[in-house]
This record gives sequence, C-alpha cells and structure tokens, in this order.
Amino acid sequence: MTIYLDHAATSPMPRAVRERYVEALEVVGNPSSIHSSGQSARALLDEARARIAATLGVDPIEVTFTGGGTEAVNLAVKGMLWSRRAAGHGSRILAPAAEHHATLDAVQWLVDHEGATVDWLPVDASGRLRLDALEAALASGPAALLTMLWANNEVGTLQPVAEAAALAAAAGVPVHVDAIAAYGQVPLAPVPVGVSAVSISAHKVGGPVGVGALVLRRGTEVEPLLHGGAQQRGRSGTMDAAGAAAFAHATELAHDALDDRAAHKRALRDRLAEGIRDRVPEARLSTDLTDSLPGTLHLRVPGAEGDSLLFLLDQAGFAVSTGSACQAGVPEPSHVLLAMGVSPSEARGSLRISLGPDTTAAEIDALLDALPHATRQALAAGLAARQPRLGR
Amino acid sequence: MKVLAAMSGGVDSAVAAARAVDAGHDVVGVHLALSRMPGTLRSGARGCCTIEDSLDARRAAERLGIPFYVWDFSERFRDDVIDDFIAEYAAGRTPNPCMRCNERIKFAAVLEKALALGFDAVATGHYAHIVTDDSGHRELHRASDEAKDQSYVLGVLTSEQLAHAMFPLGRTPNKAAVRAEASARGLTVAQKPDSHDICFIPDGDTRGWLADRIAPEAGTIVDRDGAQVGSHDGATSFTVGQRRGLNLGVPAPDGRPRFVLEVRPRSNEVVVGPREALAVRELAGARFTWAGLDPVASGIAVADSTAPDAVAEFACEVQVRAHADPVPARARVVPSTGAAPGAAADADDAGSPAGLPSAGTLELVVTVQEPLHGVAPGQTAVIYVGTRVLGQCTIDRTVSADAHSDSPSDAVPATAS
Repeated sequence: MTIYLDHAATSPMPRAVRERYVEALEVVGNPSSIHSSGQSARALLDEARARIAATLGVDPIEVTFTGGGTEAVNLAVKGMLWSRRAAGHGSRILAPAAEHHATLDAVQWLVDHEGATVDWLPVDASGRLRLDALEAALASGPAALLTMLWANNEVGTLQPVAEAAALAAAAGVPVHVDAIAAYGQVPLAPVPVGVSAVSISAHKVGGPVGVGALVLRRGTEVEPLLHGGAQQRGRSGTMDAAGAAAFAHATELAHDALDDRAAHKRALRDRLAEGIRDRVPEARLSTDLTDSLPGTLHLRVPGAEGDSLLFLLDQAGFAVSTGSACQAGVPEPSHVLLAMGVSPSEARGSLRISLGPDTTAAEIDALLDALPHATRQALAAGLAARQPRLGR
Repeated sequence: MKVLAAMSGGVDSAVAAARAVDAGHDVVGVHLALSRMPGTLRSGARGCCTIEDSLDARRAAERLGIPFYVWDFSERFRDDVIDDFIAEYAAGRTPNPCMRCNERIKFAAVLEKALALGFDAVATGHYAHIVTDDSGHRELHRASDEAKDQSYVLGVLTSEQLAHAMFPLGRTPNKAAVRAEASARGLTVAQKPDSHDICFIPDGDTRGWLADRIAPEAGTIVDRDGAQVGSHDGATSFTVGQRRGLNLGVPAPDGRPRFVLEVRPRSNEVVVGPREALAVRELAGARFTWAGLDPVASGIAVADSTAPDAVAEFACEVQVRAHADPVPARARVVPSTGAAPGAAADADDAGSPAGLPSAGTLELVVTVQEPLHGVAPGQTAVIYVGTRVLGQCTIDRTVSADAHSDSPSDAVPATAS
C-alpha cells in the first residue's frame, strides 16, 4: 500500500466530495440555459460560488470559475496586463523570481510576444520575496502589476502578501496573488487590502482536477483570454456546475477544520524534520519551519539526484516529489532553489514531502525508517553528470 | 533479478522489456533523456529522443504493467557522445556515436546508477546475445544472420559491462518476428519505424550540423605528392572515402575519379587520390578492449613473450562499420613502434597530446587478407572469431595496400582521442 505524501501535487478527493460530485453530475442542464433544467444547474453553481466566496471573505460576484489554477493565473497575469496597458499604465510586470511556472511562463510569454517587460524580484534564502527589493522596484517607475505567490509551492515559504500589497497599493499598482498552494492550508480571509486578484484551484484541496477560480475584486478589470459567450466576468465557456459544487464541498471540508488540520500537519511535519535531522545528516532542510505551509517539507541531499531518491522511495512504497517541474522528464534544477541561492548541483538533490489531513504519525515514522537507506543509496549512485568508472 | 529495461520508445526495447518480464524478472522501465531540448514530435521516420518517444516508452511500460521513470543523462551524453563526435570530426576522424553511447552511457553511466540503486542488470533491445561458458565467463555473440545483428555497436563492452548486460532479443530470428510479437502483446509501437540516423541530428544532415559547430576554414586539396589540385571550404566536412563534392579544378592525370584519402585538420588539407589508394591492408589502434576473456585466456591465441600482455598473431575476422561485411584477417597485440611508417605526413598532429601511441604502448594490429575499402581513422574495428565478438580497437592508423604506398608518405596517421 502506497503511503501518499505528495498532497502539494494533488490531494485525494474525500469520499464525501466524490459523492457530492456524482450527485451534481446527475443534474441535467447548462447553467446558462433559461429553462428549469438550466436553472437547477445554475442553482448548484451559484450556491458553490457563494460558498467558495465565503471561504475567502469576498462577494460571489468576485469569483470567476476557470478550468483550473493555471488558467486562473494566466487570466490574471495576461488579462490584468492587457487591461492596465489599455488604461495607459504601461506593461511593466513585477514578479518574484521564485514563482510557479504558471506565472513564470505567462510573464515570459508577455515579454516575448506582447512587448511587456519584467523585473524579477529577488527572494531571500527561504524563498521569501524581499520587500526592500519590491520597494525599490516600485519607486523606480510605474508598473502595470505585481504578481506573487501566497506560499511557495516547492518549499512552502509563506510570502509577505499583506506588506507587499500595501506597498503596491501605495504606488497604485494592482496585485495578483497565486494562492493555489496556500488555499485550504492557511486562512486567506480577509484578503489583504491592495490585492486585486487571487488564483485558487480545486484539486489541491480534494476537489476535482480541471476546476479553479480567479477572485477578481470589484473594480479590477481583466481582458479575457477566452471569448465566446461571456458567461462569467472575464471568461467565456460553459460553466461546470458539478465541478463547482465538488470544489465548494471540498474547500468547505478543508476550511471547517482548517486550524485543526494545520496543527495536525505541522506537528507531523516537524516530527519529520526532526527525524531527518537526527537520522539523515546528509540532508539539508530548505523549508523555513517557522513561517511556511504546515504540511510541506523540502530537503536537499547534496551529491544525490532527486530522481534517485524519488525512485528508491517509490519502490519502497512512498509517493513523494522532487518538487520541480520537468520537461519530458528532464529535471531542471529548480529555479526556486536557484533563486534562494542554492547551487545548481545541490538543487538536483531535491525532495518535497507534502502531508495531507489524513497523514498519520505511523506513516511519517515509516518514511523516517526508509529515508536513511534511500539517501545513502542515492548518494552512492551520485549525480548523473559524474564521470562513470565503466567504459573508460 | 531486478532488471532495468532501457526503453527508447521503439519496438525493440519494448519487446525486450516484455521478455524480461516474462522471464520472471522484476523489471523497471527507464527512458533515458539524452537531450536538454527534446523536440516535441518525431518528424517522419527520423530521429529519436523526442517527447513523443518518451511517451511511447511510457505507454509500453504501462501496457506491460511495469514502473516507468525518465532518467536524465543529457549532460553526460553531451560530454561523452556529442562533444566526442564533434572533437573526432574536428580531428579528421570518423566516429561512431552509437558505439560511444553504449560504451559510456548505457553500459557505464546508466549501468553504474542502476547497480547503485539496487538493479542487477540493464536490458536493451539490441540484437546480439550473450553466451556463458562452462566456467561462467560471458561471451558476446552475433544475433542470427537474418536479424539485424547489432553486435558491432556492442563490441566496445568489456567483461565488467557484459556481466550486467541483458539482450532479450538476441536469439530472435528476425525483426518481423519482433514486430509481430509487439503487435500480439498490444504494444502500440509495433509498427513504429526504425530510427536510422544519429539521434542528436534528427534531420539527418550531419554535414550541416557539424558546420554549425566546427567553424569551417578554407584550405587546399592536394594529391598524394602534395601538389594542390583544388580547394575546399573546410577540411572537417570531408570523410575518408568520399568522392562527391570535391569540385577539383585540375583533372587527374589518368582522368579517373578521385577520392578523399586523408583529412589533415592541422594543416587544413584534404588529400585525394585514386580509388585503389583507399584500399587498406593493415589497421591498428592503441585503444582496444576485449569483450570478455582476452584471446589468450580464451585459447584463441598464444601470448607473445616479447612484451607483457602482447598477443601472437591469430586468425579472425574484422568488421569496420555497423553494416559492413566482416573480412578474414589476422590480428596481434604488439608494442607500438611509436609512429607509423611515414607518419610525418601530418607530423604536427602526432605531436599533440592526442597523437599516435608512444613507443611501447600496446597496439592491436589487424592485417586483412584482401584489401579493405572504406576504413577511416576514428572508426571502430571489431574483431570476431566465428560469431563471437572478441574485442575492438578505435582505428588510429591504416596502411594502404596500394603500390604507391611504397612511398613513405602514405600511411594515414591520425590522432587518438
């Protein structure tokens, strides 16, 4: 039986959510249809929208459903840039260097194809946006928008969102926050003053994949990415009533027990960190335990490949992650770790362990029993770039 | 055994993995990512190492119900195969990158990582088979005649590497049988075209690819007596044996076609001459290995007592290209004389760190019964005895069979990497 410790990638859908999802799928009708069937579907959707809005302390009209977190981030970053540019605010984007690829790639696309410019703002050794750098960037000239994470998806570091938003607001710069990793893990409400848009995703909190939302505060305009019906603020396309209903149910479960779940995960995560310090001296912890998501622990084993560690742990029955995206399976050293000042070679030895609400102490202890051996074996295998002894 | 099945996304490696599963091994599929910037889709039948190939390999592993991972060896591959390929051409030699990949990636970097991670063997879809003798020594043998025997590109493997190699397709009668088997197993790659080209040059334009990496410099084309007969835009774009693209201004005295006999990167000269001058009677290389027990321990040859590890002449066959026919020959291992007769032809090369073996270094010397065409320094000469692959050397120098070779400038020296 696999011990699943990759909740930051996707978190399993609880049975109650699954049942709610199936029930909702039985409702016939397009929420935009005028007849009674359409109205039934619309009721599901509106109810879900209101419940999700409540978890963030925003109004339902401020929630636009999307086909997932990546779409939400793209809509925010591109849509806000286009809209701000049209209003004469230029096309300079401010973004920390340790953002998720959804942001990095969307911003880079705007730079490559839309004549935007970007200031990649430095982060500290924990991956936290440096406010002094943000202040300097804001002072150096007008900016169209600031986009930043609420919590880093790889190492878990919580970001100074309220402080950054206050600085940006003072400079008249709207802020988008990618809260996909943080939503359902830590309380986000009330959304700080100065934050104009927030991206969230259902499957990170036990909802379905392919369902997300962009919170667009009143007064925030986005140029849509998708055209064809204008069913929602800033987005066209048939609305997914069942997906929304399942998302709402999952996120309510997460939010009803938010503090208890966070405390549970934090206790286990800290137990894991302590165990690693004791039993795997070769490992270095990247996560700032005092100011991070409760269930995320990131570590590096210098001299080992993260994919060796992942393979060995997978074979031993543990599902974990190297934490960084890969193209066709070619692992790039994580840009997050590089931004934190970690060397490219050390960044290759990354492992991210992310806990869920049902993770048990026994599971953490089992991982702690498996880690020392896996670490030593991965170290023996070494880095893929090293010169082999055979064939010379 | 715990077996790592290297899965390229092609039909051969998929069936090899399937057979390893059937044989009762604990098999894990691994696709080797060898390019930092893989293309997304294959273009026609060419190339490999695209994301699509990785997906094909994954799909095959899913079908077989085995775990599947992608391992990144792109940096190693660049250093050991791609950079080596460029350096060899820059030195006027003709390398075989597939061989280098087997020698240094699949059965070195990958095998070492696999062993460290608890595997016992690496299985590939090569057509060759391993025979274990009564005392447990492993021998590498050709696949059957009708199958596309690939023992040549495995000729670089040493006992240590063979000890952990597994070639489940080794005794398959032919490729059609492998495709039929893939189809019967429901593997989607059953009809996938073979890849024929160098994987890192997907459009097949080796000349163009090299020209982007080795700055071409105009130079002269000379005959064997050193007289200029033409000019070229860059010596490294020529290969020994090449006839086309010479565009010689001066006709040969006898009016017959001329061929590239030698590429001299240092002086940036290309030497041309008649076809018979390409015929080689002897070839030799100081970088040689035995694929299993050496010829003396195998009882194929006797030791030559004049020098340690020297081997007295023995009968064998030699093959100099993947698809060449093997030819009868005699081989021996002797101390190098330090330079081939007439090696002064491009003597500045011989003085480089990558020059000819210094005197006393052992050299595998192969004398062919009938003159051999199309032999270029840098190529690998694989020595066979019957179906068995005995060993190989990278060709450092050749001796022409042409009468002209009485002139002292005719042996082709080359640099050893």
